[in-house]
Amino acid sequence: MSKSAYEIDSNIDKIERYVIVAWVDNEAGVLARLSGLFSGRGYNIESLAVAQVDEERKISRITIATYGTEGVIKQIQAQVLKLVPVHKVNIYPINEKTIFRELALVKFLGTGDVLNKAEQLCVDNNFEFLDKTPKSFIVQALGRRTEVDEFIKKIKALGEVSISRTGALAMNKGAETVKDNKGKVL
Amino acid sequence: MGENDYQLTGAEIVFKALHEHDVEYIFGYPGGAVLPLYDQISKEKKIKHILVRHEQGAGHAAEGYARSSGKTGIALVTSGPGATNMVTALTDALMDSIPLVCITGQVPTHLIGTDAFQECDTTGITRPCTKHNWLVKDVNQLAETIHKAFHVANSGRPGPVLVDIPKDVQFQKGIYKSSKDVVVETYKPKVKAELSDIEKAIELIIKSKKPIIYSGGGVINAGVKASDTLTEFIRITNFPITSTLQGLGAFPGSDPQFLGMLGMHGTYEANNAMHECDLMINIGARFDDRITGRVDAFSPSSKKIHIDIDPSSINKIVKVDLAIVGDCLSVLSDMLTTLKNKHSDFCNSNKENISGWWKQINKWRDKKSLSYKKDDKLIMPQYAVERLYEITKNQDSYITTEVGQHQMWAAQFYKFNKPNRWMTSGGLGTMGFGLPAAIGTQVANPGKLVVDIAGEASILMNIQEMSTAVQYKLPVKIFILNNQWMGMVRQWQELLHGKNYSESYTEALPDFVKLAEAYGAVGIRATNPKELDDKILEMVDIDRPVIFDCLVKKDENCFPMIPSGKAHNEMILGPEDKEGITEEGKVLV
Ligand SMILES: Cc1ncc(C[n+]2csc(CCOP(=O)(O)OP(=O)(O)O)c2C)c(N)n1
Ligand SMILES: [Mg+2]
Repeated sequence: MSKSAYEIDSNIDKIERYVIVAWVDNEAGVLARLSGLFSGRGYNIESLAVAQVDEERKISRITIATYGTEGVIKQIQAQVLKLVPVHKVNIYPINEKTIFRELALVKFLGTGDVLNKAEQLCVDNNFEFLDKTPKSFIVQALGRRTEVDEFIKKIKALGEVSISRTGALAMNKGAETVKDNKGKVL
Repeated sequence: MGENDYQLTGAEIVFKALHEHDVEYIFGYPGGAVLPLYDQISKEKKIKHILVRHEQGAGHAAEGYARSSGKTGIALVTSGPGATNMVTALTDALMDSIPLVCITGQVPTHLIGTDAFQECDTTGITRPCTKHNWLVKDVNQLAETIHKAFHVANSGRPGPVLVDIPKDVQFQKGIYKSSKDVVVETYKPKVKAELSDIEKAIELIIKSKKPIIYSGGGVINAGVKASDTLTEFIRITNFPITSTLQGLGAFPGSDPQFLGMLGMHGTYEANNAMHECDLMINIGARFDDRITGRVDAFSPSSKKIHIDIDPSSINKIVKVDLAIVGDCLSVLSDMLTTLKNKHSDFCNSNKENISGWWKQINKWRDKKSLSYKKDDKLIMPQYAVERLYEITKNQDSYITTEVGQHQMWAAQFYKFNKPNRWMTSGGLGTMGFGLPAAIGTQVANPGKLVVDIAGEASILMNIQEMSTAVQYKLPVKIFILNNQWMGMVRQWQELLHGKNYSESYTEALPDFVKLAEAYGAVGIRATNPKELDDKILEMVDIDRPVIFDCLVKKDENCFPMIPSGKAHNEMILGPEDKEGITEEGKVLV
């Protein structure tokens, strides 16, 4: 007898980060179904971003950043696809083929030198200021999660901050798209 | 006539939709939030309502009805406590893939969210225990929602759904929509498998020297034809077959090619064949932990094929070499066609090919792992089930069970030769399932013998349904293997918890004969093996509900057993054979 399923290389047991995108009918309870599935089956949610993306079809795009072995991620995909309001589910591994973006609003509190130093940090990062007062500013930090993380770490070291983050969004590069069951682009 | 004259009330819409789906029976219980629907029931000519005595009973009765008939079970209950009482039955149906449509009343829409009397968040509570559920706030969505509910309950892997209808919506007038005009856009399970996968499976089948088929409830769910096709497949290949608890009856249990049930209380030959095989074909089963035992030691040297309509079942617990997503009937038919058309030589020669394997299997069989010590004074529980089987086997009987040792003895000793004859709570293991399930089974199969093989502890969990059986003249037989213990708990305490028999003995039990009489049923008691046959015959002949109090040996254990955390080849065969239960295994359930 040749190889059995258990002899397949052990790489599949490596835990890695993935972004899972689900296109769902924007109806009552759909988010609870999804988050309940994750908590009920013990899957992780690092971040979650949801909004309606098609008003006519009433479709929302839910983006979940998670981690797990490839096997677990495939299991999550199969479980999510079983939910009745779900049209499609796609998995995006963290690699160069995918664009990832996360947005954070950061309010920095401080005056004088401290404020100037923090402002300079934002300028160095090319982030846009949305509000400025002598005692504070709000900046919009945009980038990959690691970039936003890095920035937040630095600005926190300078003074008091209040932070709001969106969670990751993902889209694959190139002309390829995911389509609904009728062949319309999602 | 004005436009409104063409409109129906919500309650009328519900029943019109149920008619469209050929519903004949509803199992239900009324209350404030469903009174408009009950007004409608009193006018109903086609649909009969069975009034249960507890909403959980309605759920399990609907399950018994569905499993024994292949149709959808319908339950109707009120808001709040009515809905929460349904939760166990819904979870049970979800675990065992039984199609149910449960309709619940809800407080009127303007009171939702105010902690109104008998309000609960029904869709919130039942979200994880249904395939899908809906709260219908717009009467014009009602018909469409009910059609979708039937679609979801019955397509793909079947399961329970729930439609929550606020009372004001039941009164409001709206437009009916026929099921023909409803399209479900998202939920589209795949039924037909890729031909290339079928061919890959056939390749493996032809090469195998030590094959085994392991079939499950998916075959039963795929309809009677799937069972027939499976049987033909087994005949042509001459392969041995074992079955899960839920799959019993898909292939004839009395056939020599059947190795008996596998798993925790499965036979020695079935479990060893699973362990030693070179090809395992899982048809409509889900590698449940009661089946696999220790997963990392599960069938170590076999190629594995998994046929399932639910893609999330595949590679969830056991990694397989070939995954075939599709309906069991469709896949089995395709496999048979390919075998017959392209490999007729194989069909002729395979008996010879795998004769060595059969020799090995027969050696395992010679262990007679289901044997037990006979006794001429005490009724052995296994003997009771054996006698029940022998006496009833020629009359197309239907068996339900509660949960415990008696359930396993029923699975081991009652042989099912047809599908849909065996209704048991496998996934959830719900004590109290058997009596209401028997009621539902009897409703679906009038004139047939329906027996609930019960334990004295389990039966008390839904004993109130005796009253339902009496009211509707449903002559179900409750065959209690009365050992005065929660036997299965006692067995685990003996084998895994140092004989600490904590709270597993019932100090006060009712007199079951008098209890039967109090309900207006018949009570029979058997106390020794000599009178057993006559009393069983007496029970079978009575055309009324019967409680049969069969006093059996109190401390008998159910063997063989794979203790939790052990592999298929590490079975305990009997009381003398107890070594090797580990601390690790104790933690498992
Ligand atoms: C609702 C519910 N509660 C608890 C259990 C745990 N349990 C499993 S078997 C069992 C004992 C059943 O006793 P009995 O009905 O007398 O059957 P026996 O094992 O004695 O045949 C218990 C308590 C269960 N399965 N279901
Ligand atoms: Mg008992």
